[in-house]
Amino acid sequence: MTEGEPLIRWDWIAGHLDEIGQRLVEHVELTVIAVGVGLAIAFGLALLIVRRPRLEGPVTSVTGTLYTIPSLALFVLLIPYTGLSVLTAEIGLVSYTLLILIRNIVSGIRGVPADAREAAIGMGYTPRQRLWRVEVPLATAAIIAGVRIATISTIGLVTVTALIGQGGFGYFILIGIQRAFSTELLVGAVCSVMLAILADGLLVLLQRRLTPWTMLG
Amino acid sequence: MPERGATVEFRDVTKRYADQIAVDRLSFTVPAGKICILVGPSGSGKTTSLKMVNRLIEPSAGAILIDGHDVTKEEPTQLRRRIGYVIQQVGLFPHQTIAENVATVPVLLGWTKQRIAARVVELLALVGLDPARYAPRYPAQLSGGERQRAGVARALAAEPPVMLMDEPFGAVDPIVRERLQSELLRIQRELGTTVLFVTHDIDEAIRLGDRVAMMRGGKLVQYAPPGELLAHPADDFVAQFVGSDRGLKRLALLTVGGAEIDATVGRSSVDPKAPVLAPSTTLRDALVRMLASESQIGVVLDGERYVGVLTLVKIGKMIRSDA
Repeated sequence: MTEGEPLIRWDWIAGHLDEIGQRLVEHVELTVIAVGVGLAIAFGLALLIVRRPRLEGPVTSVTGTLYTIPSLALFVLLIPYTGLSVLTAEIGLVSYTLLILIRNIVSGIRGVPADAREAAIGMGYTPRQRLWRVEVPLATAAIIAGVRIATISTIGLVTVTALIGQGGFGYFILIGIQRAFSTELLVGAVCSVMLAILADGLLVLLQRRLTPWTMLG
Repeated sequence: MPERGATVEFRDVTKRYADQIAVDRLSFTVPAGKICILVGPSGSGKTTSLKMVNRLIEPSAGAILIDGHDVTKEEPTQLRRRIGYVIQQVGLFPHQTIAENVATVPVLLGWTKQRIAARVVELLALVGLDPARYAPRYPAQLSGGERQRAGVARALAAEPPVMLMDEPFGAVDPIVRERLQSELLRIQRELGTTVLFVTHDIDEAIRLGDRVAMMRGGKLVQYAPPGELLAHPADDFVAQFVGSDRGLKRLALLTVGGAEIDATVGRSSVDPKAPVLAPSTTLRDALVRMLASESQIGVVLDGERYVGVLTLVKIGKMIRSDA
């Protein structure tokens, strides 16, 4: 940090609102794509596991292994194939969402009360109708709980993708460190944290909206 | 509109599992519009038999016919939409309101919104749940008894000719159970639905059944109206299952009007302390009141008209009789 420089220069922030807004959009885009694609893949794999429990072991070990790879290392390993691109960033980000999302979707569907499932079969739901009208709605709370964790961790990981030319708010952190400029560093860090808290709050509201019956008695 | 029940026939139905026979050549017919109670100890095959009707379990051999049509020839989901199904845990969908729950099968059948809405109101009223109050509630907001009423309404929604009930009142307290039993009888008489009802409670079987199918070890031991089951148990097992007080239970099914009344005794010569009985009084109630009075006889009055007297000897004769 430069001598005599204040911790935060508000004039810099005022002069860079446009860029902050642009980085916000980038950060949100990277996160939404990662969680959205992750959710789609996880949903498919979770349904497979529910139907064929034997697949649970292999799927969990593969996604678990992906989860243990340090993020920076994963991005570096991908660069020879996909370059310094959004694709590189998303492959990594999506990989990290799978373990937690699959686990929550599977436990959500398995947690559907046996009597509700039996009634659904006994009244003539087809397996597909049962999935979409009974099992998925009843698993919604568990699924959204998984999406919350995946979203928060993705928002954190997006900052790391600054190192491969993406990054959203992570860009400010990276440049702030390089230039030893505390204002830019703090803007990046504080904005990332606030975005994570905001996203989590919105998902809580969404869950309450989608599952009104869970708030009774 | 009055609904009509269907005949349900079990024809040599057998269910074999790898290591045991759950149901063994079961054959009996439930006439249309009657209540048949499947009763027996646990493991007797009664629930398995019930679940073969809507193909939640597939028979290994034999056939089940509804109005002459073999259920295994039908597509299972189509079949189930025409058969009401009520289970002990009720199985209401927690994420749907009572109105949505009741509308389940009509929605599957593609009824119009207006028709469904009207039917839901009609059904909730039928089972004694005020539609305005209960339709928008979630199952978690109802008591156990109210939930079971909603379960019955849901099962009856699409006017099924047959309703299957698997220990539906097993989880509610005795007072609520008795009320639900009376209402089931009222609703069933009103609609004429054929009901197959599983229980291990012999009193429930005797109270509700037009016919009782007594099962043991997968076999049908006796199939008879409750009165006959009590008067002539087929073997020691049935006698033991219906209880040593079966004579008393039988009296609860019989009325003063069906007993032999002595009309030769003049009204004036009857002990004034004798209890007054109506022809519709059950013999069990009559017995209790006669024993409790000092005179040990009962005066039978049909409205204001004097019919005669009932004596303990005649009640004893009813216990022994084949009637």
